[in-house]
Amino acid sequence: MGYLRQQYPSHKWECIHGVEHMPVGVSDQEGRLRPAPESFLSEELISEISHRGVDKSRRDLLRGSFAAALAGASGLTFADDPNIVNVPEWSRSLGKPVATNPYGQPSPFEANIIRRQSPGLTQTDQASVAFTPLQNLFGCITPSGLHFERHHQGWVDIDPQRHRLMINGLVKEPLVFTVADLLRMPSVSRMHFLECGANTALEWGNSAVPTVQYTHGMLSGSEWTGVPLSLLLERAGYDRDARYLLAEGADGSGMTRTINLTGALEDAIVAYGQNGEMLRPEQGYPLRLVVPGVQGVSWVKWLRRLEVGNKPYATKDEASHYVDLMPSGQLRQYTAIQEAKSVITAPSAGQKLLNQGYYCITGLAWSGRGSVRKVDISVDGGRNWQEARLEGALSSKMLTRFNFDWVWRGEPALLQSRVHDDTGYIQPQRAALVAERGTRSIYHNNAIQTWRVSPSGEVDNVQVG
Amino acid sequence: MFRWARLSIVCLTFLGGNALAQDYLSALNELGRTATAAELSAWDIDVRPDFLGLPPGSGSVAQGEALWLDQCASCHGDFGDSNEVFSPIVLGNITEDDVRTGRVAALTDPSVVRTTFMKVATLSTIWDYINRAMPWNAPKSLAADEVYSLVAYLLNLAYIVDDDFVLSDENMEDVQALMPNRNGMTEDHGLWSVNGVPDVVGSACITNCSVDTTITSFLPDYAMNAHGNLRDQMRHYGPLPGVQTAPTPQQSVSQPAQSDSLDQIPADLLAVSGCQACHQVNKALVGPGFTAIRARYAGADASVYLAKKIRQGGQGVWGSVPMPAMNQLDDTVVEALALWLASGK
Repeated sequence: MGYLRQQYPSHKWECIHGVEHMPVGVSDQEGRLRPAPESFLSEELISEISHRGVDKSRRDLLRGSFAAALAGASGLTFADDPNIVNVPEWSRSLGKPVATNPYGQPSPFEANIIRRQSPGLTQTDQASVAFTPLQNLFGCITPSGLHFERHHQGWVDIDPQRHRLMINGLVKEPLVFTVADLLRMPSVSRMHFLECGANTALEWGNSAVPTVQYTHGMLSGSEWTGVPLSLLLERAGYDRDARYLLAEGADGSGMTRTINLTGALEDAIVAYGQNGEMLRPEQGYPLRLVVPGVQGVSWVKWLRRLEVGNKPYATKDEASHYVDLMPSGQLRQYTAIQEAKSVITAPSAGQKLLNQGYYCITGLAWSGRGSVRKVDISVDGGRNWQEARLEGALSSKMLTRFNFDWVWRGEPALLQSRVHDDTGYIQPQRAALVAERGTRSIYHNNAIQTWRVSPSGEVDNVQVG
Repeated sequence: MFRWARLSIVCLTFLGGNALAQDYLSALNELGRTATAAELSAWDIDVRPDFLGLPPGSGSVAQGEALWLDQCASCHGDFGDSNEVFSPIVLGNITEDDVRTGRVAALTDPSVVRTTFMKVATLSTIWDYINRAMPWNAPKSLAADEVYSLVAYLLNLAYIVDDDFVLSDENMEDVQALMPNRNGMTEDHGLWSVNGVPDVVGSACITNCSVDTTITSFLPDYAMNAHGNLRDQMRHYGPLPGVQTAPTPQQSVSQPAQSDSLDQIPADLLAVSGCQACHQVNKALVGPGFTAIRARYAGADASVYLAKKIRQGGQGVWGSVPMPAMNQLDDTVVEALALWLASGK
């Protein structure tokens, strides 16, 4: 690590994924890394030596290997990289014209990085979910096209000129707004995470799915732009004694949820913008209620109506679903807040460490009650912890990216992350959460996640304790 | 945080005086307008547990049964017990004792499938949801009396009311007091408010923590490929490629997307028509897959016949599950779908 520290003494450097300068082994993929002695011996030779000892011929082979490796390490000889010596075709041809893709697309080489369904999870494709590929994303903003989808009766394309927002209930004057009205009003832009209350639901009982996309991929971070809810409710003259707000969607399901009005007046937004553009249809175009820190189902999409009330509404998705079954047989109703949670997104299950050497353990942390204060990393299943670096500004109720330097020498490891939020809350181990809530509550699983690294470098999803 | 007062202060900075701020506030009040009575009536359809919002009307168990078989049974089963398309609504796991105590005992039994009537404490919920969201492919198409009759039928299936029962706005409250899990909900938790008290907090231990690191669960080898080849779900280059889980190495998908052999599927039409609630492309769900339909009518001049089947529904051609009439679809949509289904070679 000394090399890195010298190069970047400020200790503010990002995790470096291109590891040309690192003392690691030969890449088995790209032929671009400097050979290093410890991994320059063929597996065949190592096996022969360990079984039969070192005889004359094997000694000569060994000597030759080290000589070649040392030559490499001293910088005297490198294999010519054909990608350099044969100047690539893209450097020798005319590029494509502007506006070839009027709405830009990712590189075709990124085609693996897409939303995916979990086979067999739902019986229909309309009341279903497609998960965000967290394992290959950077930073804290989720590209809008990769934002997870969770619909209850399919998604719809709404004509914004025909869409209306109604505000009624305990208000002096029931109101109707056009989208144009809302676009004209004072706006705010805020960064917030959005997590489905059922994120990680599959993992309550046992390790069930193979990658972080499926364990934690009902999670996103975006910049949301729109009109503060409080501004609209003040305009309608809401009853100051009211404690509840019903939000209703314009889709077929007419999604309805009871919102805690006291909390929503602080920071909820009637949003039309996401990451600089209008909301995507799958995210509620043209209007969505943003309720920071609260589970995604309450961020009602295709928002058509807000009703101020003095009692909760017990809608289908807070009376039959999104109720948390406790071991007593009681169902916790009106569970809303997403408590602090973190997960390592890379290395994570389904990935394979290319070879030994430096790795950046990276991931996301968030809290529905405030901001992230600290993230700890364990590589031994929770026995010992070290603090990770937090990247960027720490926004309230927003994803925080963490990074941690790790040198892997082929030993088995159990990777975990643990977040502390600014209320003093600490993310619990799975065993502690299950001891209180059992394994059948479906929702609000914010337990510490464990990834197992095998000596082969393969990473898989396991549970400990 | 976003109170008018704050906004006023912000604006004063820009506008430089109280008079101008007043102008700004009153100008803002010109945006939006009063909702009319007819508008409120059209959209304010929610029904609360105290039955605020419940429209007058009534419906019998018998009426509900007929409507159920016609419009609901294809997804939920004749007795609301199907697990094919949606989770069961009733399964007979509710006892007389549950109805007496208002707590469904079977909720503590992990072997029992949780049904709607085992969980829901409020009858208003069921009325409201059917009214706003059912049937699956034609939400908000039921009249109030039809909703009453369907709720009556479900209550009868759950053994809460007798065969000759008539549910109405007059007796909803009485029946709600019989809901088997009416006392099964709790709001005694910390997850309603941002200031709520957590039930479980993790340990702050840093070194030599007392934890059990025994592996208690992992995915068996045979399950590793259940979500497809993980190698093709990760970036191929870089330090952490995906694990090859498919039995034989597959060609990289990190290539420009290849054209789908089924790219003639009229995805837009299928999206607006709601056909895919019951039909998938390559396999039977509630109804036959589109591939099977196209194969059956390949080469035949069947578009007129198929358009009629889409409009009128039917039963018996592909099995006993009836297809409801799709008479809410535009003629252009029906005809385009029929032409596509009849265009198999």
